[in-house]
Amino acid sequence: MDMDDTLKDAVAAAESAQAMSGAQMVIRALKDQGVTHIFGYPGGAVLPIYDALFQVEGITHVLVRHEQGAVHAAEGYARSTGKPGVVLVTSGPGATNAVTGLTDALMDSIPLVVLTGQVPTHLIGTDAFQECDTVGITRPCTKNNWLVRHIGDLSRVLHEAFEIATTGRPGPVLVDIPKDVQFQTGSYLGPQSVHHRTYRPKTDPDLSSIVKAVEMMAAAKKPLFYTGGGIINSGPEASALLRELVDLTGFPVTSTLMGLGAFPASRPEWLGMLGMHGTWEANHAMHDCDVMICLGARFDDRCTGKVSSFSPKSKKIHLDIDASQINKIVRVDLPIVADATKALCEMVRFWKTQKHKVQGAALKEWWAQINQWRGKKSLSYRNSDSIIKPQHAIDRLYELTKHRSDVYVTTEVGQHQMWAAQRFHFNEPNHWMTSGGLGTMGYGLPAAVGVQIAHPDALVIDIAGEASVQMTMQEMSTAMQYELPIKIFILNNEYMGMVRQWQEILHGKRYSHSYSEALPDFVKMADAFGCVGLRADKPSELDGKIQEMLSVRRPVLFDCRVDPTENCYPMIPSGAAHNEMLLSPDDGGEISDAGKMLV
Amino acid sequence: MHDTKIKQSAENERHTLTVLVDNEAGVLARVVGLFSGRGYNIESLTVAEVDPMARTSRITIVTSGTPEVIEQIESQLRRLVPTHAVTNWTSAKAGIEREMALIKVAGTGEKRVEALRMADAFRARPVDTTHASFVFEITGAPAKIDSFIELMRPLGLVDVSRTGVAAISRGPEAM
Repeated sequence: MDMDDTLKDAVAAAESAQAMSGAQMVIRALKDQGVTHIFGYPGGAVLPIYDALFQVEGITHVLVRHEQGAVHAAEGYARSTGKPGVVLVTSGPGATNAVTGLTDALMDSIPLVVLTGQVPTHLIGTDAFQECDTVGITRPCTKNNWLVRHIGDLSRVLHEAFEIATTGRPGPVLVDIPKDVQFQTGSYLGPQSVHHRTYRPKTDPDLSSIVKAVEMMAAAKKPLFYTGGGIINSGPEASALLRELVDLTGFPVTSTLMGLGAFPASRPEWLGMLGMHGTWEANHAMHDCDVMICLGARFDDRCTGKVSSFSPKSKKIHLDIDASQINKIVRVDLPIVADATKALCEMVRFWKTQKHKVQGAALKEWWAQINQWRGKKSLSYRNSDSIIKPQHAIDRLYELTKHRSDVYVTTEVGQHQMWAAQRFHFNEPNHWMTSGGLGTMGYGLPAAVGVQIAHPDALVIDIAGEASVQMTMQEMSTAMQYELPIKIFILNNEYMGMVRQWQEILHGKRYSHSYSEALPDFVKMADAFGCVGLRADKPSELDGKIQEMLSVRRPVLFDCRVDPTENCYPMIPSGAAHNEMLLSPDDGGEISDAGKMLV
Repeated sequence: MHDTKIKQSAENERHTLTVLVDNEAGVLARVVGLFSGRGYNIESLTVAEVDPMARTSRITIVTSGTPEVIEQIESQLRRLVPTHAVTNWTSAKAGIEREMALIKVAGTGEKRVEALRMADAFRARPVDTTHASFVFEITGAPAKIDSFIELMRPLGLVDVSRTGVAAISRGPEAM
C-alpha cells in the first residue's frame, strides 16, 4: 500500500466517522454540548432517537410520567446548575404537553433545549396519527424553534439551538425532528463549525453609560438597588459583583421573586422582596427613592403595582440584556443593555478608579427612614398554639434547615409560594426555583426532581400547596424510580388559598369553587407511591415531624395541615401604589373598580 | 422628573417599518405572530425574498401606535432570532414609500368617461378594458391611492386590490 492510499483511507475513515443517522446525530450533538442528563418520555415519533440513546453511554435519561413534568424538571435542573435543561418528547400530545413548561421557561428566561419527534416529512400536513403543528404551536412560547426537514441541516440546527438557548437573554428553544430525518444518514458537524447567521446578542455595556450610572449613584441621597432574575441568569459572578457593589456603596437592596438569593438575605442591606407581597420597607423604599438601580429586572406588574404611582421621584437606571425590556413598562433615565456580569464588573471598576464617595449624611438619613419602616415588622403574624399557621410552618422549616448550605427550594404557585419567598431566606443564587412570570401551579414537584438529579446529595424541598401539588403529583413516581429524596412540604389549607384570599377581599367572600373538595389522604398516597408520608396537625408536633422528614433519605410527602383561613400579608391591593399597602386584614382598604379589573 | 406612565400617553401615529430577515420557514408567521400576540396593529404588510443568494426577505409593515408602542415594536422585532435589521422609515424621514393598486371600475356613458379622465390625472393606467369596465393600475404614496379610490367610488368602483407599502431609503446607502 503506498502513501496516497493510506492517506485516502485516513480521510475516508474520518469522513465515515462523521457520517451517521439523524438519531445518532442528536445524541452526538448532545454529548458535544456537554449534556449529561435529559428528561423525557418516549413515543412513536422519537423511537429512533431513543434507540440511539439506548446504545450510548454518558447520558442519563430521566423518564418522567407526563411531558409537562419533563419540562419543569429540566427547568429545575437548569436553574440550579446554570446549564441548559434538555427535554426529549414525542410528536403530537408529547409536544402539546410540553407547551406549559415552554411558556414558563420563556417567561422566566430559563435555558432549555426541547427536542420533539415529528411524523415523517411526507405525512406532514395530512392529519397523521400524533401529528400536530409543533413549531406553529410553540412559536410564541419559545425563543426560537425549528422544523428540521433535511438531514443536512440537523447538526447545525442542534448546535444553534444550544447557542440561542444559553446566550443573550436565555430561554427555551425547540427542535422538531421528523421520524424519516432521524433514520436518514448525513454528515455531522461539530459545534465549533456552527455560527448563527444573524444572532448576535449584545453583552458588552456602553462605557459612557456606566460612567453616568456611577455618577448618578454617587450623587444619590436615597438610592435603591432593585435586582432581578437577570443577576441569577448571568451566573454566580454577577451575584458576587452585586455584593461588592453594595460593599462599596452601602446602598439598600430589594429584589424580585426571581432574583432571591443573588444578594444574601442575612446582610443588613437586604430589605426583602418588593411588590404585591413584598415587605413594607422594600416597597416604601421603592416609592421614595431618588435613584433606582434596576439590575436584570423587568418592572413586572407584581413588582410595580400601579404604574403611574410607581417610584415617582426616582431617576432610573435600567440594566438589562434584552433591549426590548427598556422603556417597556416604565420610562427610564439611563438604559444599559448588557450582560449583568460585564456591566457590574465595569460599575465596580469605575466606582473604584473614579474614587466615588457616597452622600454619607444623606445616606445615613435614608437608612434611618428605612429602619423606621422596618420597625413596622410587616411580616409578623399572630401565631397560635392550637393550629399550625402556614407562616410558622415555613419559619420552622427554615430554622431546622438553615445550618445546611445545600438547601434548594422549589415552590408551586399561590399563598405558600409568597410565604416561602418572604420567610425562607436565601444567601446564594440558584437555590430558589419558582414559577415567577407564568405562575404555573404544578411547577414545584417536577422542578424538585430536576434539582435533585443535578444535586443528588443536596436537600431539595418543594414548598407546596395541596391544590398545586395535585397537578403534577404523578412525578412522585419518577422520584421513586430514580431514588430522589425530594421533600414535598404541603401547606394543606384545603383551599386554593390565593384564589380564596382574592375572593374574600374582592368578591364578597363568595368562595366560588376554591375549596379543595375530596382531597386525597396524602399519607396514604405516599404509601401508594412507596415513599414516606407524614402528617402534622398541631403546632406541637411540627418540629418533630420536620426532623423526621429531614432524616430519611427517601422521597417524602409531608401533609402539613395549616389554618385554612390565613391570608398572605403584607399586600398591595390591585391597582394601588407601593405606599398604599395593607399589613393585615384589619387594614380594610377599598379596592377601586379599576383595581378589580386587574389580575 | 418625568411621567413614568408609558401607555396611553400620546396620540397614535402611523409608522412604516422594514424588517430584513432570513428567508427561512415560519419567519413570516413569527413576525405576524409577534404583532397579534402583543396586540399591535398591522395596517399593511408586504413580503418577498429580495436576495436569493443571501436568502434574505424584506418585510414592510405599516403599523400604528403611540410612540412608546412603536419603540416596543421595533425592539421586539430586533429581538427575533432571524432578524438582520429593522428600519423605521417614518422616524428616519429618509425613505421613499410606494404602493401599487389595481382598481376595477364598471360603468358606461358619462361616468365611464369621467373615470378615464380622473385616471389620467392620477397617472393610473388602464390594464384591462371592456365596454363596461376598466381595471386601472396606480402607483404612489398610500394617500394618493386612497384619494383615487374615493374619486372612483361614485363612478362605479367594484373592486380594489392593494399591494401594501414597499419602502426604500433615499441616497446611495442600503438600509
